[in-house]
Amino acid sequence: MSETPHRTPQEIIDLYRTEFGAGVLDARITERGEGVHKTKAYNIWIRLDKDLLRPAIKKLMDIRSPHFAVIAGSDLGDEIELLYILSIFYGTKFGEYMVTLAIRLKKTDLSVPTITDLIPGALLSEREKQEFLGITVTGIPDGRRLFLPDDFPQGVYPWRKDETGIKPEMVRELWAVNRPRDRPVPPVPEKKPAPEEPAAQGTQKTPGGAAE
Amino acid sequence: MSGDSGKKSIPYTVPIGPVHPALKEPVMFTFQMEGEVVKSVDFAPGNTHRGIEWMGMRRNPVQIVHLTDRICGICGIVHSLSFARAVEQIAEIEVPPRADYIRTIMHELERIQSHLLWAGVAAHELGFDSLFYLAWRVREQSMDLIENITGNRVNYAIVQIGGVRRDISTDQIPLVEQGLAYYRGLLGQMKNVFLNDSTIRMRCRDHGLLSYRDAQLLCTIGPTARASGVAMDVRHDYPYCAYGDLDVRPVLPPQESGGPKGDVYDRIIVRLLEIAQSIDIIQQCLDTMPAGEILWEKKMPKLLMTLKKARGEAIGRVEAPRGECMHYVRMDGNDAPATWKVKASSYSNLMSWIPMLKGEQLADIPIIVASIDPCMSCTDRVAVIQDGSAGFLKKDDLTRLSREKTLRLMQCR
Repeated sequence: MSETPHRTPQEIIDLYRTEFGAGVLDARITERGEGVHKTKAYNIWIRLDKDLLRPAIKKLMDIRSPHFAVIAGSDLGDEIELLYILSIFYGTKFGEYMVTLAIRLKKTDLSVPTITDLIPGALLSEREKQEFLGITVTGIPDGRRLFLPDDFPQGVYPWRKDETGIKPEMVRELWAVNRPRDRPVPPVPEKKPAPEEPAAQGTQKTPGGAAE
Repeated sequence: MSGDSGKKSIPYTVPIGPVHPALKEPVMFTFQMEGEVVKSVDFAPGNTHRGIEWMGMRRNPVQIVHLTDRICGICGIVHSLSFARAVEQIAEIEVPPRADYIRTIMHELERIQSHLLWAGVAAHELGFDSLFYLAWRVREQSMDLIENITGNRVNYAIVQIGGVRRDISTDQIPLVEQGLAYYRGLLGQMKNVFLNDSTIRMRCRDHGLLSYRDAQLLCTIGPTARASGVAMDVRHDYPYCAYGDLDVRPVLPPQESGGPKGDVYDRIIVRLLEIAQSIDIIQQCLDTMPAGEILWEKKMPKLLMTLKKARGEAIGRVEAPRGECMHYVRMDGNDAPATWKVKASSYSNLMSWIPMLKGEQLADIPIIVASIDPCMSCTDRVAVIQDGSAGFLKKDDLTRLSREKTLRLMQCR
């Protein structure tokens, strides 16, 4: 393994700034200390130009072999932000930093290159982003759905906040679903219904079905 | 691929799952077999997807903390702890040190019960059921301690944003110490039965191999990565809770046992050694636990107002029994977070199944699949609260109820 020197969070940001210049839109460090001694843990947040995603990941791999955690995604209205959350310098006593590389995609062009050739373990996360945010990962070796069932409607993306998100009619309110009537009597007597509402509700719902 | 499952030429397609006696959680495997040998593997998770992140983005952080308790039946604290830590960073909430220590103690008690649960499951998958019963009987001590401290065996509900909801009283400390002494006395025996048994060694040594390089490339974490020699442990690398005050080192398979090979046997060694490590950590925490408050703010309306005003993003990260558990949260001044991404430990570990299973025998699939430690929940006792009065269903009641249920089922036929 390449044993490159350990660096401070600020040095990592400087490396990115010298390499990518104005392509680094924003870079900051957050820290958190807990316990009695408040030993600090550092997070590095770097927001980049969309085209710099792959070079930025390669840059991190040059510094030290990183650990890829997950891609988080956020619907911001006109854009979708993807946050590639990695960590670097694991194995160093209290010296690991989380490095979040964030890019924004315009909703008119929701495609992003795959990073699975650099980090094969990112595949599940890329598949998940495709189905939950409706982005297209170009060059993804396996573009199947991951968590959503095969009969889940096409063109509906659960984490989107626009018209392609989960529609109200898809939501089943669990509290409104009645107890199935064809089951054996429970060993403990059923809770007495609250005085007001039950009479009106009980008549209109089918047992075990969703109430709308 | 699906249409040719009946063909008579190699490779044969063997589907296992999504629900199968050999699997402890629903996941769909499709194996391409050549005789008894696995040629390639494909898997499809998602059979227990409940849309928890979607639900969370419509709830306030205090509600989500209790939702996170229910993400996993075994990891009762890691998700709520990760989420709470992320929100605390956004809202700049300082957690009292005592609460950090209580969180750490619960975190490690959970590791003990989770690793023992896994040890039992592993023994069961190997067909060694007497060892399975032994491991699970021994596990009860940690479950009892957890119940004593939190009130629950699962879904502990001990973490609150800004601290913990229950203190560990001076009466409870001797109980915890008794529990630790119990496990210290058992460790030698556990190591002996698991590691010196010739059958376990034959079934596990050099099977389910995951190389150092593959572990790194596939982003494997926790005991699965450490068994392959990757020295990563969030508790050592990235201080949180009381771990910044303690000396925790990543547990790697010792050289005298053959060094890190990355096989199933190494994963057993790592988990057994981690139980010993957890005992030490809990003891250190009990010895040095500071006095003081356990919550940043007791008044719920004030806490909710602070959270509503909070803006920003943060990552909460802990070392769960199965590896790194991470929550990304973004808040934008509303009740509910704008974004919430949960990365459970198994999310990172699933892909390691592919190199592990390739070239293995059909009969070894269950133990190799179980070796990365998939989840499973159990509840032996039920507390029923009805009309304001609490009643406990004890072993006799449960026996009676299960007999009644069997009788009912027999009548139904």
